[in-house]
Amino acid sequence: MSEKKTPVLEVKELGIDFGGLTAVNDLDMSIYNEEIVGLIGPNGAGKTTVFNLLTKVYTPTRGNIFFDGKDTAGKTVVEINKAGIARTFQNIRLFDNLTVLDNVKTGYHNNIKYSPVSAVFRTPGYYAKEREIEGKSRELLEIMELGQYADVTAGNLPYGAQRRLEIARAMATEPKLLLLDEPAAGMNPQETEDLMRMIRFVRDHFKIAILLIEHDMQLVMGICERIYVLNYGMLLAEGLPAEIQANPEVIKAYLGD
Amino acid sequence: MKEKKSIFSFLLDNRHRSRTISYAMVAVAYIVLEILLKSGNLSSLFTGLLVPATCYLVAAIGLNLNVGVSGELNLGQAGFMAVGAFSGVCVSGLLKASVPAIPRLILAIIVGMLLTAFVGFLIGIPVLKLQGDYLAIVTLAFGQIVMNLIMNLYVAFDSTGLKVAFVENNFELQPGGKYLINGPMGATGTERIANFTAGTILVVFALIVVYNLIYSRNGRAIMAARDNRIAAESIGINIAKTKMMAFVVSAALAGAAGALYGLNYSTMVASKFDYNTSILILVYVVLGGLGNINGTLISTVVLFLLPQLLRGLQDYRMLIYAVILIVIMLVTNNEFLKTKAAAFRRKKNA
Repeated sequence: MSEKKTPVLEVKELGIDFGGLTAVNDLDMSIYNEEIVGLIGPNGAGKTTVFNLLTKVYTPTRGNIFFDGKDTAGKTVVEINKAGIARTFQNIRLFDNLTVLDNVKTGYHNNIKYSPVSAVFRTPGYYAKEREIEGKSRELLEIMELGQYADVTAGNLPYGAQRRLEIARAMATEPKLLLLDEPAAGMNPQETEDLMRMIRFVRDHFKIAILLIEHDMQLVMGICERIYVLNYGMLLAEGLPAEIQANPEVIKAYLGD
Repeated sequence: MKEKKSIFSFLLDNRHRSRTISYAMVAVAYIVLEILLKSGNLSSLFTGLLVPATCYLVAAIGLNLNVGVSGELNLGQAGFMAVGAFSGVCVSGLLKASVPAIPRLILAIIVGMLLTAFVGFLIGIPVLKLQGDYLAIVTLAFGQIVMNLIMNLYVAFDSTGLKVAFVENNFELQPGGKYLINGPMGATGTERIANFTAGTILVVFALIVVYNLIYSRNGRAIMAARDNRIAAESIGINIAKTKMMAFVVSAALAGAAGALYGLNYSTMVASKFDYNTSILILVYVVLGGLGNINGTLISTVVLFLLPQLLRGLQDYRMLIYAVILIVIMLVTNNEFLKTKAAAFRRKKNA
């Protein structure tokens, strides 16, 4: 990874307080294009809070987030997605009553557009755009190995497939940065293995940066090129997987003294 | 290894199937009733119920978009019908001398629909900031407010032009002048230009609008916002905008239904559109199944006709009506039957 490039995401002295509680403090972070970065830390370290800050669910108390060189202050959740950050959720959030295919199609809401009028009157433009949405959505389903489930109601999917569908839906928004919140949670080793392959493929194929939160060290060490370790809302360490594994501070944070 | 496809294979696709069934039901009902009507085999009581039935169908299809597809409980659908009804009646009354009946009816429905859509948009701005029970309460209040406003509205026209007054009626009409809306007495002397064919066309129009919207980018966004607000926002869907779209389209269809309803009676009072009517339409939608358009069609027709068919039971009429409602609810929400139905479908598809 060339360090000379400007980072796609740059976080400077980021912090947020909830009342008297400081959940995240003084966080500096840079993510470069086409990089897979891990964000790890013990439970309650503030990892998901960082995601919520990056996607504007929370407004930071301190610090700045620059995405693509631009300050994201004042943007809404919807605007940050349009700007190019997509995410998945720790507690899966799918559109349970829609089919798997429709879940992904929904992701193209802002990228392939037509007016409601052309939908109601079924203009040629409607059919052309719908075909495009359908084609791209099915392609994403194939990448995430969900092709067989296309017409299944999302709520009825097996757990692992639900996690993969969230990734497919996020990718449908054509992001430059993908945030994955515990993508392998609840998966068995084989499923995790498959997921790692898919995440790598997504990065290579769409040429995007990926930041992921994960407790599964098999996945983190196997896939991440760099790792940030968070503890009590503060950055504990940053470095290559091998460095992190050998870092006594990190081991202490995880296992105690 | 491709299976041989029959020309009806498109019916295996759920969407095409439900939509085809809807249009088929409307077509069959129309043809049968029209034949009965033309051959004089329909009682006058029943004939009089045809147009109102189509009005309730349109309003219920619209409400299903709002309550079922968008997931926002709306108790003010009758208020929107009232806006459409009285604006439609005014348009028809004003153009009586200059425009023949059929284009006048179309024009009245279009004006009723557009005006109601606009009112829906204005109401939607504050109302859609609320959720769940709060939204329901505010829409309920809105419906009552509209009804009361119209009860105090006076609209008249004569050779000097259109006159509008509120609460106090002090018009001095020129000879030949006429009231279009006369306060608590409502719309009087309306020429009855609505008919069953127009009603059926309006039902088909409502079906086309709602189905085409559901199976589009916007429909998916509406359902996504219903299923999971947070996830919908995370993929760039503007919740306020999508909810508003469902709300306005629902209101517009209620307005069109109201216009048709208003032009079916020579006199009509605003109190017809009180919250009872809103609840009635909601009952059609809920019993038919939220988001299930075919269910809405069937339950609207059945529940609209039921009280009329039960007339013979006299005092027990509403009691039996209520019992039937409860039974339908228990049957349609029965987990056992649902599992059986799902198993049957799986077997058939396998």
